[in-house]
Amino acid sequence: MIASHLLSLSIWLPIAGAVIVLASASESSAGMTRVLSLIVALCGFLITVPLYTGFDASQSAMQFVEMAPWIPQYNINYFLGVDGISVLFILLNSFITVLVVLAGWKVIKQKVAQYMAAFLVMSGLMNGIFCALDAALFYVFFEASLIPMYIIIGVWGGPNRVYAAFKFFLYTLAGSLLMLIALMYLFLQSGGSFNILEWHTLPLPMSAQTLLFLAFLAAFAVKVPMWPVHTWLPDAHVEAPTGGSAVLAAIMLKLGAYGFLRFSLPIAPDASHALSGFMITLSLIAVIYIGFVALVQTDMKKLIAYSSISHMGFVILGFFIFNQIGYEGALVQMISHGFVSAAMFLCVGVMYDRMHSREIAAYGGVVNTMPKFASFFLLFAMANCGLPATSGFVGEFMVVLGAIKYNFWVGFAAATTLILGAAYTLWMYKRVAFGAVANKHVAELTDIDNREFLVLGLLALCVLGMGLYPFPFTDVMHASVDHLLKHVAISKL
Amino acid sequence: MDMQTLYLIVPLAPLFGAIVAGLFGKAIGRSGAHWVTILGVAVSFAASYLIFQDVQAGHIYNGTVYTWMESGGLKLEVGFLIDPLTVMMMLVVTFVSLMVHIYTVGYMADDPGYQRFFSYISLFTFSMLMLVMANNFVQLFFGWEAVGLVSYLLIGFWYTRPTAIHANLKAFLVNRVGDFGFLLGIGLIAANCGTLDYAQVFAQGPQLAAQSIELFAGSPWLLISVVCICLFIGAMGKSAQFPLHVWLPDSMEGPTPISALIHAATMVTAGIFMVTRMSPLFELSEAALSFVLVIGAITALFMGFLGVVQNDIKRVVAYSTLSQLGYMTVALGASAYSVAVFHLMTHAFFKALLFLGAGSVIIGCHHNQDIRYMGGIRKYMPITWITSLLGSLALIGFPFFSGFYSKDSIIEAVQLSTIPGSGFAYFSVIAGVFVTAFYSFRMYFLVFHGKERYDQVPNAHGHHDDHHHTGKPHESPWVVWLPLVLLAIPSVVIGYLTIQPMLFGEFFGSSIVISHEHHALAEMKEEFHSALAMAMHGFTALPFILALAGVALSWLFYMKRPDLPAAIMKVFKPIHTLLDNKYYLDKVNEWFFAGGARLIGRGLWRGGDQMLIDGLMVNGSAKLVGWIASVTRLLQSGHIYQYAFSMIFGVFVLLTLWFNRA
Repeated sequence: MIASHLLSLSIWLPIAGAVIVLASASESSAGMTRVLSLIVALCGFLITVPLYTGFDASQSAMQFVEMAPWIPQYNINYFLGVDGISVLFILLNSFITVLVVLAGWKVIKQKVAQYMAAFLVMSGLMNGIFCALDAALFYVFFEASLIPMYIIIGVWGGPNRVYAAFKFFLYTLAGSLLMLIALMYLFLQSGGSFNILEWHTLPLPMSAQTLLFLAFLAAFAVKVPMWPVHTWLPDAHVEAPTGGSAVLAAIMLKLGAYGFLRFSLPIAPDASHALSGFMITLSLIAVIYIGFVALVQTDMKKLIAYSSISHMGFVILGFFIFNQIGYEGALVQMISHGFVSAAMFLCVGVMYDRMHSREIAAYGGVVNTMPKFASFFLLFAMANCGLPATSGFVGEFMVVLGAIKYNFWVGFAAATTLILGAAYTLWMYKRVAFGAVANKHVAELTDIDNREFLVLGLLALCVLGMGLYPFPFTDVMHASVDHLLKHVAISKL
Repeated sequence: MDMQTLYLIVPLAPLFGAIVAGLFGKAIGRSGAHWVTILGVAVSFAASYLIFQDVQAGHIYNGTVYTWMESGGLKLEVGFLIDPLTVMMMLVVTFVSLMVHIYTVGYMADDPGYQRFFSYISLFTFSMLMLVMANNFVQLFFGWEAVGLVSYLLIGFWYTRPTAIHANLKAFLVNRVGDFGFLLGIGLIAANCGTLDYAQVFAQGPQLAAQSIELFAGSPWLLISVVCICLFIGAMGKSAQFPLHVWLPDSMEGPTPISALIHAATMVTAGIFMVTRMSPLFELSEAALSFVLVIGAITALFMGFLGVVQNDIKRVVAYSTLSQLGYMTVALGASAYSVAVFHLMTHAFFKALLFLGAGSVIIGCHHNQDIRYMGGIRKYMPITWITSLLGSLALIGFPFFSGFYSKDSIIEAVQLSTIPGSGFAYFSVIAGVFVTAFYSFRMYFLVFHGKERYDQVPNAHGHHDDHHHTGKPHESPWVVWLPLVLLAIPSVVIGYLTIQPMLFGEFFGSSIVISHEHHALAEMKEEFHSALAMAMHGFTALPFILALAGVALSWLFYMKRPDLPAAIMKVFKPIHTLLDNKYYLDKVNEWFFAGGARLIGRGLWRGGDQMLIDGLMVNGSAKLVGWIASVTRLLQSGHIYQYAFSMIFGVFVLLTLWFNRA
């Protein structure tokens, strides 16, 4: 019974848990609320583990499939399933949710139940996005996931939170409206089906493919975000509470990239090939332009936000060079970025909780007063600049190899991240952590407590584990990526 | 115990020490930290020695430990290649590292970061061993970046000093520029060979040499040349070759033991080792070899000049290291790989000795590093004095000393080389001998001989504000001088003992490949009779005369007529200014690259993100909506007479149109 509904459970268990958390909450029982939320998040994570252990890596077909009619008049179904591309994201998402609940343990003192519930609901909805195989269902999850994030930024955010929340919401909504039109068109063309897998095999003329590709691009490029529709991200990150930033960077950005793999590439392969030069250019601009912009940021969260955009540029680059190492590299980069960016934002959160400033200039010499924290921070900073033996290296390395295979100069441009990434990350680290104690606030800092140690330690294990032994991660993907590549290589005209 | 286990023990023993000292430093205390790390490195050294004997017996190993990742037909593994080249490096690395570990017990005795330091140097030893033992490019790159990381941590060890944390960031970034090239080289190999395993790549070398790549439309390059030059750019970063050398002098901000271990004996020679390892590829590209030769020659000579004007004892040795690395690179360019590695080995011993000697002097002089305020120290520090003299003699290539055999072989190899640029390289290395002898003995005389000036240290000295520089110098404790003695022995004798097997015998076997067209080494072999004869002949050869002239000149300047240098400096003021500013390369880097990058970043951020995208497009469209709304809002004023008037006006217009419709 449970085994055949694992995906449904991964979606609805956190959401149902959120309802219980909300229902049982009162102002006096914040401690109970936290414990309950943690239990829900842990259960939500544990339920996803069998998805990996029971996954058959040798086949590319959808697994753990669930199918039930939802709105029969329009042939809309409750259709779930995962392949080697999506399964890891469900695990990642559920894992990050546990950490985020832990990270918000002490800082969030007002509306605790609502805060925790928002994250749990979001976790369930995003799991839904990754396993929905019916386009209408996908769209519902895709849009619904905006709401909790909008609330998280708008309620628990910084002073400028309303502007940021609006910008985030409108930016992403504007993009997805075009996608809705594309979905309608495909529904009509396919003779009344919302089945994404059927759409994959639907023959389409070039003009239709191009328009569809652009419509999907509007939705997904904003989410990724790609240059030049990226400016909502730094604002959103700056205003979002730490947990919101972590989820936003670790999971939400991946939704856009995932959309390319599920929709754009397999549905419009010819247009994808025709527009690949355009996409590669945009992603290289993201890598280089954003790298320079990140260099001069004075706000740590903004810097990491820009660094995220640059790293996501690698993902899109990997998708449009059409070779296996590029695709798998991009997927590995997505997972790794989930760990590293979450860790970086949580690190900034640790400092912000104590100093209430994100300005680099407000810090200096943090290592003197917080040596344990500084060690973790350095590990994640190194992962952020792609040091071998950390997860950050694996994806970047694979994408660069794939890019050089595609064209030397594309690889050349991509590899500049080796210099730029190190420059902006380590320069920030130097100004924040190294040096003599800069002021009395830094002098009064206390090192991380056990809870923070646990959160950062878990992420450190992930970052190092994936860097030292990425084989289990890539092994899951092979069959599905191979299948996708073969599919994309065949014209649908 | 089978050999595979032994291979694993070599890198893992120091790693174990590093982890224990790093994570549980507080629990095990200071002595616990040094015991566990010293033991780890000692085990590693002993295991290396056993492996060395096994390799001598003819057992070469090339195997996988585990599969790291597999994608798109490219299988990336972690594995070991144990051959004579590897095992020689393993011995050098573990021996020097062991000496430095012991020395550190004395040198860092008062430092609050004692455990952390031991953890770092053991971690470095692990990384360096992974680098030299790799049998594939990915693991090589892992070791390559890992030693860079530890170097970063150790240069910035005293993290409260602004100079130290500037230097470590600079070192990391300059190395990253080199790694950028290195990664491109690896990428080209992966793309064209479909593998990153050494043996398989080397087997495909001839195919690479037959292909060309059009980097710029209309000008095809040999693929192998592009690959080799890219790889060598990596070596230029790590081995501090011009113009990527700028980080090495600044790295002296780190504690002296690591200057000896990382920035003289081992890590900086990783580039030399790497090119030697890649000899089957470099041999196929005349263009790459020529490039290597010229870069090496520039480094050998022009970095030597800079050593002449330095007053910081560590910086003199640092510039000497740069220059010697240039010598090794020149040997690589002349296809004399075994000579380069031979010099790498002798240099590791005598340069580690000189650095540790300098460190001993620094402790003896109460943390004063300025050689102008030393002098006459030989009386107070006899062991340091004698060992430093031996090291200096080895460095200038005095016959019978180890440096003589390696340096003279390099000079000879360059002389016999026919690769474009070898004429300039020959001039550089021969002129370099004079310069080396001059600055080495300038330092030697200023430190150990002449008038005692240790009491003249100005109070406003920049470094170590917490220490007193005055007081009589004193000899260092035994943990400091013992490594000096143990390093002095190979510095003197290792060249005499090993030149025959390493250069002209079968020691390296198949681990170094030299094409038949490059016959410098073969010609040298014909002329070589014995180590004794070579040294005897050395007494009458040009390099020895130049070295003597250098020593004599420094004696004249700094012992006999101390007023002369100031007078000469006055006459050649512009040249001195140029050298004093290190050819202005630091300023160019600071201003052009660092400043330029910030300028571009600020321009893109303010102009692109804030003005164009956010200002014009995002907020602009929001404002447009707002503006339209505000205009239309005027129509809905809520005043009944306005609505009535509009209605009458509208009816009037419509009626007019209706009546005039015909």
